[in-house]
Amino acid sequence: MEKKNTSLWREFTKGIIKENPVLRLVLGCCATLAVTTAASNAIGMGAATTFVLVCSNVVISLLRKVIPDKVRIPAFITIVAGFVTIVQLFIKAFSPSLDKALGVFLPLIVVNCIILGRAEMFASKNKVLPSLLDGLGMGVGFTATLLAMGIIRELLGAGTVFGIPVFSGFMEPIIIFLLPPGGFFVFGMLIALAGKLSKEGKAPESTGCAACPLAASCQKLQQKDNGKEAAN
Amino acid sequence: MDAQTIKSLVAIFLAAILTENYVLNKFLGICPFLGVSKKLDTAVGMSCAVTVVMVIATAVTWPLYMFLLVPNGLAYLQTIVFILVIAALVQLLETVLRKYMPPLYNALGIYLPLITTNCAVLGVTMLVLEKGAEDPSFGYLQSLVNSFGSGVGFLVAMVLFAGVRERLENCDIPETFKGLPITLVAASLVAVSFLGFNGVVDGLL
Repeated sequence: MEKKNTSLWREFTKGIIKENPVLRLVLGCCATLAVTTAASNAIGMGAATTFVLVCSNVVISLLRKVIPDKVRIPAFITIVAGFVTIVQLFIKAFSPSLDKALGVFLPLIVVNCIILGRAEMFASKNKVLPSLLDGLGMGVGFTATLLAMGIIRELLGAGTVFGIPVFSGFMEPIIIFLLPPGGFFVFGMLIALAGKLSKEGKAPESTGCAACPLAASCQKLQQKDNGKEAAN
Repeated sequence: MDAQTIKSLVAIFLAAILTENYVLNKFLGICPFLGVSKKLDTAVGMSCAVTVVMVIATAVTWPLYMFLLVPNGLAYLQTIVFILVIAALVQLLETVLRKYMPPLYNALGIYLPLITTNCAVLGVTMLVLEKGAEDPSFGYLQSLVNSFGSGVGFLVAMVLFAGVRERLENCDIPETFKGLPITLVAASLVAVSFLGFNGVVDGLL
């Protein structure tokens, strides 16, 4: 019994640090870069994504024996899109300002590779409870990373944290941190830091292809590249 | 079509490429931008496939939304309908290309399955509708031009960045920054250069 509990605990915690979806697996970069101009947006986006991730993981895990292998990706996308619509309507009703801040990135949760990636890699192969914890852990890891980026960018770019002025008086805000280049820069720094602190001691080579449901066609691309190099 | 319309279409096209660049200003389609920009020809192939799918997807989803979803009060189903339409379109396009245009299929075919979950494609179909809601003169034609411009903007960003990355390969990079971090810092610098285009299009026309 105790052994079972530790393994379940591990499913939950792995997403937060060891397999952090953003910094270690490098999934869901678009949302990470786009909504982290303010710490509060980061939390809103993180919470919305976590909800979708947990729900879709549970449903996909329940249906894993029903969904035929050949049409699994469209089936997953439909399930995820259903939950995204729920979140969209919910946020529109209860927090119009958050809806406005997240804009098109709210419906775009549907194509966030963290969700499809977890569905393909984990939920479609595991029982309901581990899938739920996996989704929750990954969601918390995603939210924490977004929050870290949001705080850094808001602090440096606007001199505030959660809208509360921190830098007032002794430092001019560096506006470029709120602009797209600042997003890329802070993200690069965080990945470098996470890589340095990880066991391997280095940052990931590229985006998280391994966890992407479409990795097969991507590998074809890489083979094509490699083939060319060999020919040269 | 009068001169005024043509002028506004050119402005929409240029703005979509330069000031509203999908990758560098709006953060859409970052995965392919970072993932397949290592080699110039793969970057070009991927961007061409994205452009084609963007235009076709907008051409299909715009009337679908305006004439089917909105009149029936189903606008809230936008997300779920659009992603399924895009998935089906991509599949259809792949089949048609394979059957009727094998050379084009060989050039673009392998990129197509990757495009279903590309947020730039879903993003463009939704953003043109948002623009149309704000500005009634932004109709079907304007939406198509905007999608095409966005695709070309994606191509421009990918090609520029592939060039930067090829230069990076021969550099002596600190161990900690090898791989993705230095790529992101380079992307940041390319994005700085695109900031310079702010306001250029309005000034031109």
